[in-house]
Amino acid sequence: MTYMRELYQQVILDHNRSPRNFRELEDANRRACGDNPLCGDKITVYAKVENDVIEDVAFQGTGCAISQASASLMTAAVKGKTVEEAEKLFRAFHAMVAGGADGQEGEADTEKLGKLVAFGGVKEFPARVKCANLPWHTLHAALSEVDAPVSTE
Amino acid sequence: MTTTVGHAAAGAFVKRKFDPETVRTDFPILARRMRGKPLVYIDNAATSQKPRQVIEAVRRYYESLNANVHRGVYQLSEDATAAYEWGRAQVAQYLNVPSPAEIVLVRSTTEAINLVAASYGRGHVGEGDEVLISAMEHHSNIVPWQMLCEEQGARLRVIPMNERGELILDELPRLLTDRTRIVAVTHVSNSLGTINPVKEIIAAAHEWGIPVLIDGAQAAPHGPIDVVELDCDFYAVSGHKMFGPTGIGALFGKRSLLEAMPPYQGGGEMIRTVTFEHTTFASVPARFEAGTPNIAGTAGLGAAVDYLQKLDWDAIAEHEQDLLTYAESKLSEVPGLRIIGTAERKISVVSFVMDGVHAHDIGSVADQEGVAIRTGHHCTQPVMDFYNVPATARASFAFYNTRDDVDSLIGALGQVRKVFGL
Ligand SMILES: Cc1ncc(COP(=O)(O)O)c(C=O)c1O
Repeated sequence: MTYMRELYQQVILDHNRSPRNFRELEDANRRACGDNPLCGDKITVYAKVENDVIEDVAFQGTGCAISQASASLMTAAVKGKTVEEAEKLFRAFHAMVAGGADGQEGEADTEKLGKLVAFGGVKEFPARVKCANLPWHTLHAALSEVDAPVSTE
Repeated sequence: MTTTVGHAAAGAFVKRKFDPETVRTDFPILARRMRGKPLVYIDNAATSQKPRQVIEAVRRYYESLNANVHRGVYQLSEDATAAYEWGRAQVAQYLNVPSPAEIVLVRSTTEAINLVAASYGRGHVGEGDEVLISAMEHHSNIVPWQMLCEEQGARLRVIPMNERGELILDELPRLLTDRTRIVAVTHVSNSLGTINPVKEIIAAAHEWGIPVLIDGAQAAPHGPIDVVELDCDFYAVSGHKMFGPTGIGALFGKRSLLEAMPPYQGGGEMIRTVTFEHTTFASVPARFEAGTPNIAGTAGLGAAVDYLQKLDWDAIAEHEQDLLTYAESKLSEVPGLRIIGTAERKISVVSFVMDGVHAHDIGSVADQEGVAIRTGHHCTQPVMDFYNVPATARASFAFYNTRDDVDSLIGALGQVRKVFGL
């Protein structure tokens, strides 16, 4: 049970129940779809980028608590940041949740991650890393203006 | 009809009195602990566990019988060939197939269906023709037909189902047309547990002279099958779902059909004579078994069938139905839980969703309690779309499961509610 609390921290449960920035962004100039076919998670990320700054960002979709909360917290974390800052944050986030499992050991910069540290417990649950990463991969695709849908498979 | 799926009575074997607690001891893995708790394995529709007899048979094969089959003139090769052909004969018996020559040994149900789609399908399904499947097929009984239809310019048609997850047979007369070339339906649904009235479907198709393939992946683990009684033209099974090894499966095909079918893959074992100009092919079933086969797996599958045939399937049917009824009644007491798939005739499989919790989260919490259930779309995405759910959690019981396993599942769902503050 306490072990479960590490995965499902209060912040995560809260963002799952009431996700922030859950809407279609009418004036988005970047957008990408992502899915995790194994669990049926589907997400669309919208961003409005002006002069390399993410002026606004939002998402829509369905999925497990981890992917929904990750998307919600991600949008909150990258709004107002430059594209490069957002990508850096993704790398730090990925290093934290993958926990070096995929040979990408990087320092999990807790200071930079802020509220995102709530996902630290995910690294103990390898099957769930994809869920946490899906929104970020999708954001990355949107920012890079990649056309093909993102899949975690 | 003696058992739930409508199986054959398993003949003149000496049967042990069935007791789930006793059979459990035949399955070494069930003694494993998971995250500090006893393993509760209720994901049998994904794959089943293996009794010691199967594990031993595979070991014995490698320790004392291993050589290539149908090739050597020496004793060891003959021993290996005997082990392989014994496995084939065992499967034939389990499916009540008149002649072992009508059993093609393949990798799995998936390969069996692909074989029929590629070999029979290409020869018989042409432009404007139709292939009829059902709304509750596993992807492995959809995609090969879809590929065939795309290639040939044919049309894939689907027998619909109702809200309970039962096929609507009233639609059959409309769906069976003079363009229908083959019907492929599952005996038992892996995501809903529905036992389909395949005998009726087969009879209806035969009135039009249309052959029928039955996907038996989920039926065979629940008792012997009688393909003669069903009168199906093809029947596909996977060894790993019927307590045998992975990587081995079987396709039954009526001899007249098999004999008229071209090879599926080319290579060794499947030829009679080869020159650079021309090859003549071996007779069935060798024609469909190119290359060195999974000999150890076949020996293991033979041992699995041998094990299964000594069980009392009437008692097991009763036990599994009890598990199903008990699980469904306990699950419906969980607030916010909805069972997906409520057909009148079901095997011991229960899919469900819970308000406010995604199936994947249910699976992770259950795992912490040592309970292994499947979560996701179960390779039946059209079924998920039908019920408008992204995924379900699924408990699937084998004869070695007990009411205690159901109680563990219910306990785990209590934890889910606690974690999610429901
Ligand atoms: C109904 C059904 N058909 C086919 C298959 C495919 O079996 P395999 O993966 O062993 O080929 C499965 C396995 O999940 C199944 O449940």
